[in-house]
Amino acid sequence: MQFLLEPLDYAFFRHGLLAAVMVGALCGLIGVHVVLRGMSYVGHGLSHAAFGGAVIGFVFSFNYYVGAGAMGLLAALLINQMTKNRKIKSDAAIGIVTTAMFALGVVIISQQRTLNRSLDSALFGNILGITGYDLIIIGLVTAATMVAMFFLYRPLLFSTFDNEAAKIFGIKTEAVQLIFALLLTLSIIVSMNIVGVTMIAATLIMPAMTARMMTDSFSTMQLYSIAVGALIGAGGMYLSYAFDIASGATIVLFGALIFCFAVLIRHIREKRMLHANMHRHGNLIHSHPRDNRRDIQNDADEASIKK
Amino acid sequence: MNPAITLIDVTAGYDSTIVFTHLSLNIHAGQFAGIVGPTGCGKTTLLKTILGVQPVLSGEVLLNTQPVNSVPGKKIGYVPQLESVDWSFPVTVEEVILMGLYTNKCSLPWQSREERERVHELAEKLGIYNCLHQHIAHTSGGQRQRAFLARALINNPQFLVLDEPTSGVDIKTQHEVLHLLGDINSQGMTILLTTHDLNAVASHLPWVICFNNGVVAEGRPGDIFTNEILAKTYGSEIVIIKHGEYYLIANSTPLKLNHNP
Repeated sequence: MQFLLEPLDYAFFRHGLLAAVMVGALCGLIGVHVVLRGMSYVGHGLSHAAFGGAVIGFVFSFNYYVGAGAMGLLAALLINQMTKNRKIKSDAAIGIVTTAMFALGVVIISQQRTLNRSLDSALFGNILGITGYDLIIIGLVTAATMVAMFFLYRPLLFSTFDNEAAKIFGIKTEAVQLIFALLLTLSIIVSMNIVGVTMIAATLIMPAMTARMMTDSFSTMQLYSIAVGALIGAGGMYLSYAFDIASGATIVLFGALIFCFAVLIRHIREKRMLHANMHRHGNLIHSHPRDNRRDIQNDADEASIKK
Repeated sequence: MNPAITLIDVTAGYDSTIVFTHLSLNIHAGQFAGIVGPTGCGKTTLLKTILGVQPVLSGEVLLNTQPVNSVPGKKIGYVPQLESVDWSFPVTVEEVILMGLYTNKCSLPWQSREERERVHELAEKLGIYNCLHQHIAHTSGGQRQRAFLARALINNPQFLVLDEPTSGVDIKTQHEVLHLLGDINSQGMTILLTTHDLNAVASHLPWVICFNNGVVAEGRPGDIFTNEILAKTYGSEIVIIKHGEYYLIANSTPLKLNHNP
């Protein structure tokens, strides 16, 4: 208990813990769609574009969030527009747009020959330097994203599962895509101060993939991913305090550990199911990939279709 | 008969490629029609044009005499090719069926009692009630096809459009799916599907449209499946064997092997 309470005496830890839990839950929620839409690379790319914006903001004395936010949104819109051209695939569009924006930031830094503290934080993460103002911004983005994704759950799920069919069924898929890109960009920008540009993709992907190992239902996956993201944030912060190591990197490593654990559990569960279903046909011992009793029931159901 | 779907002088294509030009076609209310043709002949583009997701370069697509894109709540049920579905996606059969009820309106994520009852009633009718809570990948080919059919039917559409419902499933499932569609059609639903399987069409569908970047011919299978029309549609000679009321369509030239067995 002392291990849990002692760090809370420090304001910097309390701020960091709160930020890590909120960002973990936020990335957990949005990461489900990122992973299922096959956009894992976009988190990495958008954070690089946002970094370019943060540098431009620093040069022109804008607020960090304004510079990073404007460039991140511009990148998301450009990628969206470029992928409408059937000859440019999304991974290529992400590579071109976001790397160019990151390169712009690097060019400006090389001219200035200095790295502002907030830029340093954006690049490598500085969770212990989180201020009350940062917490308010993170809290607002987390709340807004959760509310938006709660009410857009249905069109988001349908367009993520099958974008073309969703369009045919009357879902405004382009508007849904745009809203999602906006929420993703905002989430990445507020998360950059926690783990930094270099590791942000992990915070988006790990909770979602861990949750995917735990369930086959979309709604349950979202809830698990939020919980796992928050757990990884909190666990990473405590481990970082206990071993006196970099917080962002500890959160990512703890997330990787949790993911490996989830993979192991799933593997054991599937093995057990395989053994439980093993049976003999003469000299041949084998197992069906699916639950036998369920299959037999399903076959019986098919045979008695009500016309 | 009243036309349900009407294409008037339609030209459609992608970017700089025109897929078909000046196409006129009528699908009548209550008709059960299949579009057949070789790969890349424009069958899917034709379906997308009818569904209103493929912009037409010229001409008009009407749904009950109204332009397809202006029909509020389009009332078309659509079943995609099973081969295009991501089977690793974490959805249950119930979640797939519910998607048919999703709209753009802000709504709660969970299903209402009325929605649940509709899903259960339809699932029971189609024989997939017991696998509602199973992951979609853990069901058989027939159950998957029924799940997507249920998604298309749950909104009580006037038309049902299916893209290759017989591909990627075994003969037994093909037979079951086509008979199920026949039953649905007998209740008044207009059905249009595409397929590669000429034998399935010959034995199950009352109306066939031979398509190759345009309508080559249309009519009852008995009238349409002639060497001349199929050769024109597929660009190669096709053998048709007639046995009573049944047709068997086969490749004309067996492969001759040079080596001795």
